[in-house]
Amino acid sequence: MSTKTVIGAAYLASVVAGAVAAGAMTTTAAQAQEKEKCYGVAMAGQNDCAAGPGTTCKGTSSVDYQGNSWKLVDAGTCASMELPENRMGSLEPLERDLPS
Amino acid sequence: MQQPNSPPGAAFAGPFTTPLLDPDRPTPPGVGGPGEKAGDVRYNVYRNNVTVSLIDALADTFPAVRRIVGETFFRDMARLYVRREPPRSPLLFDYGHGFAAFIDGFEHTRPLPWLGDVARIERAWLDAYHAADRDPLAPEKLASAPQDALPALRFQPHPATRVLRSAYPAVTIFAANRASGPVGKILERDGEDALVTRPALDVFVRKLPPGGAVFLTLLCTGKPLGEAAAAAGGTEPGFDLGANIAGMMEAGAFADILVPDA
Repeated sequence: MSTKTVIGAAYLASVVAGAVAAGAMTTTAAQAQEKEKCYGVAMAGQNDCAAGPGTTCKGTSSVDYQGNSWKLVDAGTCASMELPENRMGSLEPLERDLPS
Repeated sequence: MQQPNSPPGAAFAGPFTTPLLDPDRPTPPGVGGPGEKAGDVRYNVYRNNVTVSLIDALADTFPAVRRIVGETFFRDMARLYVRREPPRSPLLFDYGHGFAAFIDGFEHTRPLPWLGDVARIERAWLDAYHAADRDPLAPEKLASAPQDALPALRFQPHPATRVLRSAYPAVTIFAANRASGPVGKILERDGEDALVTRPALDVFVRKLPPGGAVFLTLLCTGKPLGEAAAAAGGTEPGFDLGANIAGMMEAGAFADILVPDA
């Protein structure tokens, strides 16, 4: 197949240079909606873990709104989440509601 | 883990495990308890636990498929798959590589011919998640390759990189059903190819531009840049080499380049 079209080094060089220079050029990305880890909002046993089945982290939180457990939520929504008794969601692990 | 007086592993494990996923087989000999039926009852607990845990594993690995067909349908379909193709590895996150092919051949999902491809993307997502960590190829390194070496330049794929082709809009369907919001009407009809990468901690699934799957697949199998570009341009007239190179660099699809000896 390489005999049909031969792409010259000079052409490749200009294309590669252009592509690299474009840097963070937008691609036709259809990514799943951006998510963020939100601490302190998951009900007991409902925390997420992206590592899939058979791993040890998923669904291990033992109290509601446990401060060191996270759930994936739509990006940008975590810090505005209001929960009972003036709790808020957090992008960082929290000291509140830890299992005793 | 063997009891001191139990039979040697293989001789015991085979007869014990084979009927676990086959409810038509009798309880294996040697399983007993007080009372006549105790052995059956106790063995059925194992049967249930094994089957449910494997169905749960598939449900965790294929959340978009589960969302599309619904919980009840998914679990029934998964049960049939579990019985046909039990895991060969004790690592549950590695289970289900044949699930997409099973869906392709499953008569009750025939009205959803794209479902198998959505499952392939989901399986590739988890493979990418568990692939070895590695820094992706730096753009400066590609830019510094000598011009004369470019046609024969080879790329080393990043451990997480996967390229998947679909005759259906599988990437759009996957992305819509992995997002937490409501799934609107999907208007795409054309086939979509997917590039799955994990340059750092997060897995990304991108829709490839025309010819991108041919181009990247050839690069991933060690074909030189000039040959891969020519082949992709030959199969897809709309192939844009510059956009494809920019896209693969942004996605972190490759880990290194191999500059040919001058």
